[in-house]
Amino acid sequence: MPQPHLESNETELIRRVCGGNPEAFEELVRPYERLVYVTAISILRNQADAEEVAQEAVLKAFSKLSSFRAECKFSTWLVQITYNEARMRLRKDRRNLYESLDEHHEEPEGDYWPRDFADWRPIPSELLEENETRQALQNAIDSLSPTYREVVVLRDVQNLSIKDAATILGVTEGTVKTRLHRARLLLRDALAPGIDGCWCTERSYQKVRPW
Amino acid sequence: MARIEISCVEVWREVSNYLDADISPELRERMEAHFKVCAHCSAVLDGMQNVVGLVADGRLFQTPEGFNKRLYNKINPHR
Repeated sequence: MPQPHLESNETELIRRVCGGNPEAFEELVRPYERLVYVTAISILRNQADAEEVAQEAVLKAFSKLSSFRAECKFSTWLVQITYNEARMRLRKDRRNLYESLDEHHEEPEGDYWPRDFADWRPIPSELLEENETRQALQNAIDSLSPTYREVVVLRDVQNLSIKDAATILGVTEGTVKTRLHRARLLLRDALAPGIDGCWCTERSYQKVRPW
Repeated sequence: MARIEISCVEVWREVSNYLDADISPELRERMEAHFKVCAHCSAVLDGMQNVVGLVADGRLFQTPEGFNKRLYNKINPHR
């Protein structure tokens, strides 16, 4: 039966793993290592926990591979498993009980309007070589509530489609778009004062931005 | 036929969909006409475009050193 969601190479690898050649699993997962790790760390925000959950998720994918029905892409399925494992870890962790049960479902009503209207000169991507810039972006992403952080990480960091993000999060595509819209505006405002943290009200604030 | 103008608030609501090319050609045309004359909305668009471009960069989220080795070491005993 044709499996339109799968790359033919992936179909073959899955067939080999399920047919008793587990060594093909590494080849199947290798292109998605970062995808799995970034999904986990975006939810757990801790490197050690993210790595552990990434390993558990990949193991789970291995043990459940024969039940994979190709209703979505293999990568989407793998990220969905990782997402669920990470959320479960968060729930188990009593320190995060408040966030996982309450904050996560907090969906503010009404529109969010941009707060900063300064000109944005293009930010050269070379700046990402600098720790300071990466840290500023990381802090901005971390400052988002989980609902918005997850959608930005799936869509903008990992470049998944709206449809795939909706499948992973278990929400409609419309909900993904609404959350993404707010998340992008929030991120933009969070970074608007400049990565050096200066915040000036006069027009001179453009000069303090390092880009 | 005269183009129907669009307000800043409407532009802000659609700016994310605009970036994703997920709007009708008619709305795109109206928004583009608006960006040409509205510095505030252009700033919103440019800023969002910048942010989206930066977070997509592979240098931002990197797997820890040795991540893949430890991953397959963990999996191997189970295969």
